[in-house]
Amino acid sequence: MIKVSQLTKKFGAHVSLDNVSCEFKKNESIALMGANGAGKTTLIRSILGYYHPDNGEVLINGLDTIKERVKVLENISFVPQLPPPIKLSLDELMQYISVSAKVQRDLILYYANEMKLDINANLHKSFFKLSGGMKQKMLIAISLAKKSDIIIYDEPTANLDPNARDDFYRLLKQNEEEKVLLFVTHRLEEVKDLVNRQIYMDLGKIISDEKA
Amino acid sequence: MKNLYLIAYLDLKESIRAKWFLVYSLVFGGLIALFFIAGVTESQVMGFSGLSRLLLMYIQITIVILPIFILITTVRSISGDRDNHILEYMLSFPISLKQYYWGKIIGRFITVYLPVLFAMVIAVVYGFIKGDAIPWSIFFLYTGLLFSLSSAFLGIAFFISSFVKSSEVALGIAFFIWIFLLAFIDIALISLMLQQRINQELIIFIAMINPMELFRVAAISLFDPELTVMGPVAFYILDSMSQSVFVLLSIVYPLVLGLFFALLGFSIFQKKDLV
Repeated sequence: MIKVSQLTKKFGAHVSLDNVSCEFKKNESIALMGANGAGKTTLIRSILGYYHPDNGEVLINGLDTIKERVKVLENISFVPQLPPPIKLSLDELMQYISVSAKVQRDLILYYANEMKLDINANLHKSFFKLSGGMKQKMLIAISLAKKSDIIIYDEPTANLDPNARDDFYRLLKQNEEEKVLLFVTHRLEEVKDLVNRQIYMDLGKIISDEKA
Repeated sequence: MKNLYLIAYLDLKESIRAKWFLVYSLVFGGLIALFFIAGVTESQVMGFSGLSRLLLMYIQITIVILPIFILITTVRSISGDRDNHILEYMLSFPISLKQYYWGKIIGRFITVYLPVLFAMVIAVVYGFIKGDAIPWSIFFLYTGLLFSLSSAFLGIAFFISSFVKSSEVALGIAFFIWIFLLAFIDIALISLMLQQRINQELIIFIAMINPMELFRVAAISLFDPELTVMGPVAFYILDSMSQSVFVLLSIVYPLVLGLFFALLGFSIFQKKDLV
């Protein structure tokens, strides 16, 4: 599903990804780990088509992530580590997502409800005015409602309390079939039951790739 | 197209809620109100009186403050979204870069143009109620000039926003461009002429490529071209070119300039890393 071939990305003199090659297939849940600056976020952003590589390419279902970014992104859900300070209200954010990604609004409300987030009570509130946990719950609800084949989470539970984490993992369990789940995490123990593959990165390279 | 309108609509809604928009609208609306309170329509200076004088004063102040307002409020639109990771999230949905960029431009154009236009409409309506004669030719000329000037600076702002990584640098560049163009309206041009350091044709050329100078000269071109009112460069330009050709040029050129910079900005936006 995701094929990364000899990917190199430099920022000035710093090599963030150094000739990385890997493949992620359907029904794989991957924990992507490594120290800060190992290249995890750069790899994820390359998969999302944000970076122009210095060498190599990323293909998703055979499509180039930069040249065919719209088609590629139809199949990807993404939750960043820190929710961005989006000034749109929840209502407007849902409108943006429903129109652009054809996500059913009811489905976002359903998953938000499952995450114990009452959207209707905050419908006209700006997204950035919600608490950290509420923002994260909203983004998780959107990611699940999008029904993508590829779900990418960059430290998704950083702002969640233990109960919300349990809700999140329960929902993920129900939605993981026939998908690629990619977690960037520093806490393997939290996602150990969910993942069947562990990748360690360091200095822009994959140094270990173990399948369970 | 659906996504383009969506981006424009959401950007417009977001801008209208912002504090800068309130200040922006109050400044232009307030100017008109202030002119009426100060009795500008009753005064007569250098042959201008009534609503014509009010609109002329409004446009002369607008030359100075509209470009900087547009630059500082728009220059951070893409660089700011990139800075605080909004772009990273919003572009993880299947929206093309073309739709995102041009949708933002359309939304922002409506936001910056409507308050300045609305202020002029208020002036005309109030003048009509008071029984003043409505100078329609001036009204339509200024509407066109404001449209054109807004396009030019919006294009420049989006161009800066497309390649600058941090909002602070974007603001710095915006201020520099504003001061630079403002200086070349007449202050620097007159001193250059007086010192005779460069030839006359070059001075006229510099004046003609500056959208702010074109705007200024076109704004006063409907009145009697007197040297004392217009300044030497404006006087020379209007003396060497027919008024209708010059008005057409002063509307078309900034539009083309704005479009050129907006296209250049889009090209950079497409080719650069998005986050």
